[in-house]
Amino acid sequence: MPASKLIDNQVRVETPEGIDFVQAAAGPVPRILAYMVDLGWRCLVYMVIGILSAFVGGLGSGAFLILTFLLEWFYPVFFEVLRKGQTPGKKALGLRVVNADFTPIGWGASIVRNLLRAADFFPAFYATGLISMMLTGRFQRLGDLAAGSLVIYQEAERPLTVDPQIKPLMPSVPLTREERQGIVDLTLRSGSISESRQEELANLLTPVTGESGTAGLNRLKGIGVWLLGGKR
Amino acid sequence: MRERDFEQRYAEFWKAFESGLEAAGKSGQTPDKGFPEAYRQLCNHLAMARQRDYSEALVAYLNRLVMAGHHLLYQPESRVGIGRLAGALALFLTTLRRNRRFVICSALLFLLPALVMGVGTYHDESITYSLISPPQAAEMESMYDPANARIGPERDAETDLEMFGYYIQHNISIAFQSFAGGIFFGVGSVVVVLYNGLFLGAVSGHLTQAGFSETFYPFVIGHGAFELTAIVISGAAGMMLGYALISPGRLRRLEALRRAAAEAVKLMYGATFMLFIAAFLEAFWSSSTSLPVALKLSVGALLWIFVLWFCFFSSLGERREPE
Repeated sequence: MPASKLIDNQVRVETPEGIDFVQAAAGPVPRILAYMVDLGWRCLVYMVIGILSAFVGGLGSGAFLILTFLLEWFYPVFFEVLRKGQTPGKKALGLRVVNADFTPIGWGASIVRNLLRAADFFPAFYATGLISMMLTGRFQRLGDLAAGSLVIYQEAERPLTVDPQIKPLMPSVPLTREERQGIVDLTLRSGSISESRQEELANLLTPVTGESGTAGLNRLKGIGVWLLGGKR
Repeated sequence: MRERDFEQRYAEFWKAFESGLEAAGKSGQTPDKGFPEAYRQLCNHLAMARQRDYSEALVAYLNRLVMAGHHLLYQPESRVGIGRLAGALALFLTTLRRNRRFVICSALLFLLPALVMGVGTYHDESITYSLISPPQAAEMESMYDPANARIGPERDAETDLEMFGYYIQHNISIAFQSFAGGIFFGVGSVVVVLYNGLFLGAVSGHLTQAGFSETFYPFVIGHGAFELTAIVISGAAGMMLGYALISPGRLRRLEALRRAAAEAVKLMYGATFMLFIAAFLEAFWSSSTSLPVALKLSVGALLWIFVLWFCFFSSLGERREPE
């Protein structure tokens, strides 16, 4: 089955340069966690301002009310526009707000998505926003739909290295595209998969390698290194 | 070309691109002249890597670089300055004129119920209590009782500042909610505008009937020019969202909503600005008792004329339309 028919959080965008590039959209759970982190920060700021303003009387409580108003509505706007689409909470969770074409979000769109929080919150605890996230393919709440924005994962770097001791090995039979990709991915990820699982996977390709168990796995890794371009 | 050869050939270029990105990130976001060229080349590499079935790791690495480059190249103007704020105000005016029908609709939804309710409560006190609870009404009466030394919400001079904060938080939040409510097919906006109209009508009718007009009207007329207009405008902004969903024309509903929101938010810039002014006036001007009633009424009337002229008749918005 083609990947697009499966449930998938990958979002594809074609850029003006004529390439497709792909990012994973973030679902409700990481976004709720990010919101919690932001809420914690905001509460901390409220407490500090509250304590300080208690010493200044009327001026203080006026300032407190204005600051809470600004923080409540414009805290995310500030960070999204000036800090590359990441509030502190989103940064902690590795998320980022972008336009639907993956360009950085600007003032207008950010203000729309954050003013519409009032609608997403309705009637309580972001119930509407959650339902909207579940019904839309790219996990957009109402504010995202109106602003045309997305929350995506900021990809983390994970360098994959191959064991240099593996000797490259030319495959004895012609391989299909899927087989080539599978073998290369197995070789590259072998560091993060348990030995027995690797053998299990390698056994699926017994017709190609002609061997099973550890021998088959080693053969596959050799083929993988050869496909990557390792020289004998 | 095998993956490793490809990697070896371009690794240096990619490293240079990456360090260029970092440098641009630090130094005020302006990449050097060669950047777009390098970015296009990188896109080319990503396309090749995909087409030749190179490993997922390499494709992911290039994808990440392209993403960072994409963000640097297509960043919107995010600086804030006086020029940008003036531009936002001009955008507000032109958008307001373009969407006159929504503003008129919202104004009628506000004024007609206010009139009906005002006349109703003036003639029959019991209608007041259908909307306002008796204790609430009693509180209103005590606030505007001419026998009081100070009109408006009772308070001393120091709490003027506190009330300024309160008006900002309370009034602007209502405006934002009435905008946000528009996404429920306009129902939220209509409800907020209607309710505020009814409430204003009930309070004015009730207080006039109680004989407090000489304290009530001088108090509300000044900031009302900004506040009521702004509530009507944010209601209109919400209705634009709702209308886009109900009647998207030849667009898909979501696309119509997105376009309407981009337009409506410009109205919110102006409405927010006006509500800040209203909060300032309400806290420091309207509540003052030392000023004669005639002065407050005439200044209030002038403010109304100014606001309506500025929003609908001034040539400010026509002269320049940025963006």
